[in-house]
Amino acid sequence: MGGLAAGAVAPVAHDYALWEKRVDALMMLLSHRDRQLLTVDELRRNIESLGAEAYDTMTYYERWIHAITQTLIQRGVITVDELGRKIEDVRAREAHRG
Amino acid sequence: MGEAIVPRFRTGDAVTVREAYPIGHVRTPYYIRGKRGVIERHCGAFANPEELAYARPGLPAQPLYRVQFLQRDVWPDYAGQPADVVEVEIYQHWLQPEASRDEPRPSR
Amino acid sequence: MSHDPHDENEHEHPHDHAEAHPHVHRSPPRPDLDDTLTYYRAMEVAVRELLIAKGLFTADDVRRQVENMDGRNAGRGAKIVARAWLDPSYKARALADGSAAAEEIGLDVGPLKLVVVENTSNVHNVIVCTLCSCYPRMLLGLPPDWYKSRNYRSRVVREPRAVLYEFGTAIPDDVQIRVHDSTADMRYLVLPTRPEGTDNMSEGELEALVTRDSMIGVTFATGP
Repeated sequence: MGGLAAGAVAPVAHDYALWEKRVDALMMLLSHRDRQLLTVDELRRNIESLGAEAYDTMTYYERWIHAITQTLIQRGVITVDELGRKIEDVRAREAHRG
Repeated sequence: MGEAIVPRFRTGDAVTVREAYPIGHVRTPYYIRGKRGVIERHCGAFANPEELAYARPGLPAQPLYRVQFLQRDVWPDYAGQPADVVEVEIYQHWLQPEASRDEPRPSR
Repeated sequence: MSHDPHDENEHEHPHDHAEAHPHVHRSPPRPDLDDTLTYYRAMEVAVRELLIAKGLFTADDVRRQVENMDGRNAGRGAKIVARAWLDPSYKARALADGSAAAEEIGLDVGPLKLVVVENTSNVHNVIVCTLCSCYPRMLLGLPPDWYKSRNYRSRVVREPRAVLYEFGTAIPDDVQIRVHDSTADMRYLVLPTRPEGTDNMSEGELEALVTRDSMIGVTFATGP
């Protein structure tokens, strides 16, 4: 990334949403030496694997939750099947809340 | 796992960053590959992130260095001042010794 | 695909290079976005619930961790700076071993190694992580969006003077700029120069002058 042409740096910041803070918390808890269920190196590799276009299509924390989940699958901590079922379960609950 | 890797370089040594472009997770930025710099300090030894990225232990630990580069040596069109530098942390296995005289000393 | 305003903010402020920006613009707090569940927010909930069900941590652990990060802001890093301004031997220790100096005043910097770099009349330091967005979060809290942006990460290493100028920071020609790219296990904190006219200030008053951006190196500490 260093040295590529780019535009002006707009010195903006935003207040993090709760879900973003929870993504960060997940990363901290999972990488903690008491659990060591993933490393930031695996997360970085998985983010790099998303490709450059991910910067345009996904937000920072969307990329991170994608990488965290990918790493947990790679490590065998969760299975694709249980992830898929749980996501649908979460979305169904949300739909019922209206 | 292998014995500990002996640090090869000391502060002030001139080094060149190896040119190689593998796939996988690499913490040596493109912009300094092939460039010459000077060891600013030895940072200690750390597990190799290229291996950690695949959930492998990355041992034996690799010596890590902060390497100082003159910006004008890195960017052909560098528009700042001649003394400006960039300092980058680079693992030993990406560094080659550069035999030299009259090398610029790391600025302090 | 994403309508997240924090992404749009990187593009929606046309930037006049000649205009000084002495302060970071904070975008207004966004309306609560947790009420509509996008795919990735559902993934966060799902993963968290799966891991709690597996007993890997508790909901309380998550809550505590969020609060822990909420409590971290640049004030922690400012304590190191103010102490270094007041105590030359502490400053020397901080420059030799930042992690030890932080712990000396009760600040935990986590597993990574802190390197403190000093601004002087001859040298100005600025920090970046071109590869991702590594940042001394244990001392400064979560990084601002601009630090993580492609624009900052690609340009500050190549044209630091121009980028600093966009932040309203002009570095004289006879001052060397050192850009530190935290590519591996070090984390960096800039020790800004102590502003003029602060000789009689207490440590607490000095801490208040030390902004997050001055410890990244894109601005100076605030004057009294």
